[in-house]
Amino acid sequence: MDRAAIIGVGTTKIEKSKIGETFADMAWEAVNNALNNAGMTIDDIDNVVTTSSDFWDGRTISCMAVGDASGAAHKNVSCVEGDGTYGAFYGMTRCLSGSYKTTLVTGHSKGSQSVSSLITNSAFDPIYERALGMDMVTACAMQARSYMHRTKTTPEQMAMVSVKNHGNALKNPLAHLPMKITVKDVLESEMIADPLHKLDCSPVSDGCAAVIIAHESAATKFKQKPVWIKGVSFCADSFFFGDRDISRAKSLTKAAKKAYAMAGIHDPKKEIDVAELYDAFTYQELMWLEEMGLADDSMAGKLLEKGDFNIDGRLPINASGGLLSGHPVIAAGLYSMAAVVRQIRGDVGGFQVKKAKTGLVQGLNGLGGQSHCVFILDKDK
Amino acid sequence: MSDQFQGIEPMVYKSKINVPYSWWAGDTASKFYITLRDEKKITGTKCAACNKVFLPPRKVCPSCFTENKEWVNISNEGTVITFTVARCQFAAIPSDKKVPVIWGMIKLDGADTAMLHYLDEIKPENVTIGMRVKAVFSEERKGTIRDISYFKPV
Repeated sequence: MDRAAIIGVGTTKIEKSKIGETFADMAWEAVNNALNNAGMTIDDIDNVVTTSSDFWDGRTISCMAVGDASGAAHKNVSCVEGDGTYGAFYGMTRCLSGSYKTTLVTGHSKGSQSVSSLITNSAFDPIYERALGMDMVTACAMQARSYMHRTKTTPEQMAMVSVKNHGNALKNPLAHLPMKITVKDVLESEMIADPLHKLDCSPVSDGCAAVIIAHESAATKFKQKPVWIKGVSFCADSFFFGDRDISRAKSLTKAAKKAYAMAGIHDPKKEIDVAELYDAFTYQELMWLEEMGLADDSMAGKLLEKGDFNIDGRLPINASGGLLSGHPVIAAGLYSMAAVVRQIRGDVGGFQVKKAKTGLVQGLNGLGGQSHCVFILDKDK
Repeated sequence: MSDQFQGIEPMVYKSKINVPYSWWAGDTASKFYITLRDEKKITGTKCAACNKVFLPPRKVCPSCFTENKEWVNISNEGTVITFTVARCQFAAIPSDKKVPVIWGMIKLDGADTAMLHYLDEIKPENVTIGMRVKAVFSEERKGTIRDISYFKPV
């Protein structure tokens, strides 16, 4: 099979509210950062994929509103709704189709402009469930309870994820909430929805991220040494929340297995050097680690206590600070991808990990992670 | 950003999307809601291939990709699979509900999937995974999910 690589990444700073920039202004900044990063001009881009959510943006065909500022004029531009990693998946397939050599993929969102509880309530089925008034926070709180019950993960272990990730963000100038906090701070923060405290939850932030993906025939023609996409998979689970065993993430397990197989990875615990996971809530980092086989069942909390997932640990997780330190919904997975690409290149700055040959990026969408996308990126082709 | 914007205070444009929707419930949900409203009975659909009973009922089995043609009665009693307690008055919470609001994922006897609903007549700190609960039907039923008022401990 032909191969594709990531040859440029660019992001805006993640902020609570970007009052000076519209969606298009954010896209302009992220796209230009990515082009500069890649050593490309907009004329080198063959096609554009934008990722957004109409509900979050408060308009229909929300992607089209950022096309101009993404240099999509007179080009084939297509849209993806969901996490940015889904946009990257589509962008990659376009490069591999033979029709395009280079794809610019963007993802944007502004949590500051609407009411997240109402937006995520609309993810529930309108006929059967929506009127009950649940939202992403209460749905994930149910999942957290279920996961804790099955694995005996403790509130203290969950709090340690928050301490670690907010602490990592102190070294990431793009992060929204860098903080030096303690387990006690997390456990004493306001109870939002049992068992989730305020500091167990990510903020809803503003930001835009862009990555440039190239077919192998074009991947080495520009400034950066390419970071190769070695494996990737996308899987979805049942829509109705109550259909799933929500203490598990079957679709993530499947996606990870397929991505490992494609990348020729036999022992992910040993072969993955660095990973950025979708830590919208503290328990999720631990749960996703186990569901992807990066920790044994029910063991992620204990390994976290041992320091395994610290920046200087065996397998650094969310060295960037993760989404707990800044969560621009939709763009999130592309921020994670940009962080892992730069880890592998060795130019990520203050939160660089020691060994970063092979990295993993996870994106998700839907209540409690209905669907998941896993990318395995590598220094070597 | 360049100097040309120095001293300019960014403005906020206040707006609201307000679009009325009529969700046609479809044959399957209509049958479910009419039975719930008129007979105070909870019903589900069954897949002939894998025998799974779905609640809320739907036309297609997500595992087998076949049509669920059979209807079955489901018990008013079941088990709490998981739950949460909202401590903040989130915007999505209906105006007649005041925190703490408890939601449970409840697997009713006779169903293979769980449904979401309120738990009440119990203090939040006493709710446990595995506890047995029973549906309390609303006095005035209109053919909505809130024709079940909430679930209470058995």
